[in-house]
Amino acid sequence: MDQLFYASEVFINGLMTGVMYSLVALGFVLIFKASGVFNYAQGVMALFAALTLVGIMEGQVPFSHLINATFGTHLSNFSWTVGPVVAILLTAGVMVLLAIVIEKLVLQHLVGQEPIILFMATIGLAYFLEGLGDVMWGADIKTLDVGLPQGISDTIEQATANWFGYGFFIDRLDIWATIIAALLVAALVAFSQYTKQGRAMRAVADDHQAALSVGISLQFIWIMVWSIAGFVALVAGIMWGTKSGVQFSLSLIALKALPVLMLGGFTSIPGAIVGGLIIGVGEKLFEFFVGPMVGGATENWFAYVLALIFLVFRPQGLFGERIIERV
Amino acid sequence: MLDATQTQDNLLEVNNIEVIYNHVILVLKGVSLSVPKGRITALLGGNGAGKTTTLKAISNLLASERGEVTKGSILYRGERVADLNPAALVKKGVIQVMEGRHCFEHLTVEENLLTGAYTRSDSAAVKRDLEMVYEYFPRLRERRRSQAGYTSGGEQQMVAMGRALMSRPETILLDEPSMGLAPQLVEQIFEIVKAVNEGEGVTFLLAEQNTNVALRFAHYGYILENGRVVMDGDAAELRENPDVKEFYLGMSDEGRKSFRDVRSYRRRKRWLA
Repeated sequence: MDQLFYASEVFINGLMTGVMYSLVALGFVLIFKASGVFNYAQGVMALFAALTLVGIMEGQVPFSHLINATFGTHLSNFSWTVGPVVAILLTAGVMVLLAIVIEKLVLQHLVGQEPIILFMATIGLAYFLEGLGDVMWGADIKTLDVGLPQGISDTIEQATANWFGYGFFIDRLDIWATIIAALLVAALVAFSQYTKQGRAMRAVADDHQAALSVGISLQFIWIMVWSIAGFVALVAGIMWGTKSGVQFSLSLIALKALPVLMLGGFTSIPGAIVGGLIIGVGEKLFEFFVGPMVGGATENWFAYVLALIFLVFRPQGLFGERIIERV
Repeated sequence: MLDATQTQDNLLEVNNIEVIYNHVILVLKGVSLSVPKGRITALLGGNGAGKTTTLKAISNLLASERGEVTKGSILYRGERVADLNPAALVKKGVIQVMEGRHCFEHLTVEENLLTGAYTRSDSAAVKRDLEMVYEYFPRLRERRRSQAGYTSGGEQQMVAMGRALMSRPETILLDEPSMGLAPQLVEQIFEIVKAVNEGEGVTFLLAEQNTNVALRFAHYGYILENGRVVMDGDAAELRENPDVKEFYLGMSDEGRKSFRDVRSYRRRKRWLA
């Protein structure tokens, strides 16, 4: 019996981890849908957003190392700190600014080019952003605390202990992450289904030329989509940053988003969510049941092997856009 | 080519434009035409004659296909429009319905129509116009909730035209509306073009390979060959022109002739010499 409870606890924790994966995958899907660009820089955007958030909250002087090295000064921090809400808003502003700069300097000049060229541009962008983050805010590991509750939830542990005689260990941060992710997805879906700009976004995703012909400005839509993706990256950055610190490895969560996308389909918002949950739960359960037999550490590869299997049998993913073909 | 009285109410004037794709491929070699207000003007010619390119040069959709107008000018209401992006042109009242429909496949029919009103902000009027479009295309009202990708070719052509109408245009550049449609549907589509032209006073410049239908519904026609205008005139006149009859309508005074006998020789002699 205990084994069963333990397994369901693993399952629930897997769901929570999956939500985190979904958040990152979501950013990819948004940009891919609207512009056909696979944005390699999505993970780095999450890192950059988290770095900026920490920097703003702590009142760090941007580029302080560079300034100090050039002018021999000893700047490091302003005399103020900023509250989390204001800092998050400011960071969101920075992400919008970033979207505008990316559109003006990169995307605009590559209109009508092959997807592979746009993809390579985003690889360049990823390295550039990584460096920019370092130079702006320093390369040290930072802790991020925006006031989200953390640690094991005692209430749940007690309640489940009373009901089942087995206390579930669930991190409160995971619960909040789930709630926030659900709200974010609901907001995104509502936006794309029921607003004029959302409709235009889907129109652009379907057919660039036709969207242009009815007077939709691709530039504007792209800036909007990259801003939204930047905001999603910020949310993902906050969650992951709170969980495991803001450092370079944060950008690597993008690698976990890849199998999520292959599973869920590159073009589907629900796919990103379900894909993330499947991978999260799958890798935790696999580790729990099969891990001990093969010496553990299955979490490192499970997602990729699953993705590989999917690529062979269902390349468009679970929810990938059916290609509409009229005969 | 055109008399002076007509020039005054010309909405659109294209003067001797040259279009080059990818910096090397010369597609239009000096095309001039004028589109009078409230009329249906047809742009005729075979594959590769330059009809689509002419329309895209006007609506400025060329840029996204790496094409550019290198010579000549395009005037809309006497104003140069070469530097305006498509969105600005739509606001000015010029919208293109592209060849091959180009519906937004994953949007419903009604959503497709609503994207046509993207540049407008008067939501009450947009709602009225949606009704107007459904009046012209009753079929679309029945299918308003279906995904456009799953509608038939004729319905998609209606979606594309209705979508353009939703921008409340003064001029519609209609590219090859008959493409891939059954003759009966082609007729129906052109009837609607005529009805919109008369009912809403929308000016049309339509590119068409189906010379027969186009000349029956248009007021004026230009015939394009190889990137040049080779002939123009009132539609009724063109219909009676022996060369047009022979080359584009497949008739001649001596009855039907084999293409092998006449086509290459007389065409080259008359127009390309």
